[in-house]
Amino acid sequence: MARVVVDVMLKPEILDPQGQAVQRALPRLGFEGISDVRQGKRFELEVEGPVDEATLARIHDLAESFLANTVIENFTVRVEEAAEAVK
Amino acid sequence: MSRTPLDTVEHATATPDVELPWAELGLKKDEYERVVEILGRRPTGAELAMYSVMWSEHCSYKSSKVHLRQFGEKAPENDALLVGIGENAGVVDVGQGYAVTFKVESHNHPSYVEPYQGAATGVGGIVRDIIAMGARPVAVVDPLRFGAADHPDTKRVLPGVVAGIGGYGNCLGLPNIGGEVVFDPCYQGNPLVNAGCIGVMRHEDIHLAKASGAGNKVILYGARTGGDGIGGASILASETFDDAKPSKRPAVQVGDPFQEKLLIECTLEAFREKLVVGIQDLGAAGLSCATSELASNGSGGMRVTLDDVPLRDSTLSPEEILMSESQERMCAVVEPEKVDRFLEICEKWDVIATVIGEVTDGDRLEIFWHGGKIVDVDPRTVAHEGPTYERPYARPEWQDALQADDAGKLPRPQTADELRDQVLKLVASPNQASKKWITSQYDHFVQGNTVLAQPEDSGMIRIDEETGLGVALATDGNGRYTKLDPYTGAQLALAEAYRNVATTGAKPLAVSDCLNFGSPEDPAVMWQFAEAVRGLADGCRRLGTPVTGGNVSLYNQTGEAAIHPTPVVAVLGVIDDVARRTPVAFQEEGQLLYLLGDTREEFGGSAWSQVVHDHLGGLPPKVDLERERLLAEILIAASRDGMIDSAHDLSDGGLIQAVVESALLGGKGARLVVPDGLDAFTFLFSESAGRAVVAVPRSEEVRFNDMCGARGLPATRIGVVDGDAVELQGEFALPLAQLRTAHDETIPALLA
Repeated sequence: MARVVVDVMLKPEILDPQGQAVQRALPRLGFEGISDVRQGKRFELEVEGPVDEATLARIHDLAESFLANTVIENFTVRVEEAAEAVK
Repeated sequence: MSRTPLDTVEHATATPDVELPWAELGLKKDEYERVVEILGRRPTGAELAMYSVMWSEHCSYKSSKVHLRQFGEKAPENDALLVGIGENAGVVDVGQGYAVTFKVESHNHPSYVEPYQGAATGVGGIVRDIIAMGARPVAVVDPLRFGAADHPDTKRVLPGVVAGIGGYGNCLGLPNIGGEVVFDPCYQGNPLVNAGCIGVMRHEDIHLAKASGAGNKVILYGARTGGDGIGGASILASETFDDAKPSKRPAVQVGDPFQEKLLIECTLEAFREKLVVGIQDLGAAGLSCATSELASNGSGGMRVTLDDVPLRDSTLSPEEILMSESQERMCAVVEPEKVDRFLEICEKWDVIATVIGEVTDGDRLEIFWHGGKIVDVDPRTVAHEGPTYERPYARPEWQDALQADDAGKLPRPQTADELRDQVLKLVASPNQASKKWITSQYDHFVQGNTVLAQPEDSGMIRIDEETGLGVALATDGNGRYTKLDPYTGAQLALAEAYRNVATTGAKPLAVSDCLNFGSPEDPAVMWQFAEAVRGLADGCRRLGTPVTGGNVSLYNQTGEAAIHPTPVVAVLGVIDDVARRTPVAFQEEGQLLYLLGDTREEFGGSAWSQVVHDHLGGLPPKVDLERERLLAEILIAASRDGMIDSAHDLSDGGLIQAVVESALLGGKGARLVVPDGLDAFTFLFSESAGRAVVAVPRSEEVRFNDMCGARGLPATRIGVVDGDAVELQGEFALPLAQLRTAHDETIPALLA
């Protein structure tokens, strides 16, 4: 079993109200020195069988069509090595 | 490659031969030449950015202006109108010292690209128009049009749009009280997402956008400016104009309803303390629009330092800052001694506010960046003196054939079983089915003043708790009727909204419209537009309800295929005491059902012709505006004097659709009898205008009949509220349970 991680982030130019809310809260809570916060989503996909190029291409497709809204979001797909080591 | 020096006015004068990408920014050659002529030199990049957005169809109304004038020229005398067309929104006197402002706008194109954010920011935009008038927003409505209900793309667009409207409106704490959802394949690829808002204020609080008084400060407040929705401006930002790349900036704006809520409170508090001389919301064309409109509505002079605009993205170029459509921003003009207090209020509400410039003696709008003057224009030439086109228009060749294809010749049901089956099919069809799955995603009751909401004929809001004073708003528009005859179709939309308001017991006062059409460059579309505007203006004059403002959305077209011409008309009405309202639902068994108005064999564009025969042809129902007026007076008087307990207007789907809705909402059936002179089919399915069905308590029957008789309104007894089925005597009976299943399950099955 291997783990593939899909990270989805709003494109840099797109307004991120959640990230802004976090950023505004930080100084109130005593955490200084953070000039910007952007919040995204992380998907961990447990893949049956080996993670080969075909699998990654499939995951890329599903990320593009379902996990991310590519009109306003970017995404990256990567295989998480640590998960394999644990096995 | 060295970076191009800042394109200042000085630089532009010195380098007259530099080619600017005016075509990429959407300007035509003669429009660009006109800019050069106005300025007496080539524009700077920033000036070009401003002219190109402000002279776009969306901002300048260049194709529609010549026709829209009729709304002013034909405006009926109306004492209730306090502020007319031309401001952010019209203002209407509703009595007891209250004034109401309302408007409908479109957000069609953005909602197709990104349904959730497009629809959400549509709500945000119309709400800012209302607060710019100094009014507190109290309710929103959303007239929507989508492609075929079973098309896969509808399943992408509709849930996103509905969630966006719900998400933004619900977070803002505004009840959604009305609107419509219509499906038709003509909207595939061009969904219509219109949004309306009602705001309330006291007479003395009416504010107009202007910026007079040299030395007054220009304050930008609300969200920071980012790279939202700039599209073409990025061309200007690239290193040289030659290596123009496809835009790296997205056209999508993301809304933040909590920021908007803060803007509402902050703006209304500033109004309350009389701190504001002029105000403008930032919508399409952002700062370009706000500065040029504020300046030209005032004395004309304004100086702005763009470096002071708070940015979300420090890499933005001045052209991009001017064109950015970042949401939740407003621009206020404030006297110098009141600036501190204004900023204090903004700080209290956690709203970023910055002085970005001041009003000057002159008549020039000057904008500076890094010390250089990048804009020096007469603001009127940007905001108000854009190009005007007399686009050619011509009645399309196919119009005659379409009108000759009479829906009256379609095969009609021959047996009682066929009639029954077609009734079931009608009430279960996507356009006639219950939209509860959609509207239940909106909060109807937040703030606790909602009296009526969907699926009532009009939404109604109480505005004074003591006296019960309220306002009602209905929106309607039938693209099928308008396609068959644009003049009549627009009047039918007006008549239906007017009737819907009166059906709930409110007196119709004023009109706002959102005119959705295809490309104005197609003479056939332009003819539809011209005819619809003429019809609407004539209709408003006859009904005594002026158009107070609205919006035009053109280019709703994919390739050669334009949408059906779809003028959406909103009518606002007032009711002295909301406790006297009339609901749609049947209230009590034994009450008598009366059909008001005349029923003719009119099936052109009808729901029946669409559902049963997938047909569109013939002529739409006739309009008789005097009759609509009379019907409205009767409905209002009957509601005020307690003569009717429920009422429903008859429109698409005809009588049977109205009776089924009233029965299902009230949980009480009806026994109907076909009146003399009509056949069962025409009785059930005709869509003749100027009609309503009312339920009269037996004790009021004589009084009600006398009133109708004295005023000359045909009132025909057609049955009684009774039992748990809708029965047409001698023909069929449909149990309520079966009707409910048919009516309620269509939309969730297609979209959930």
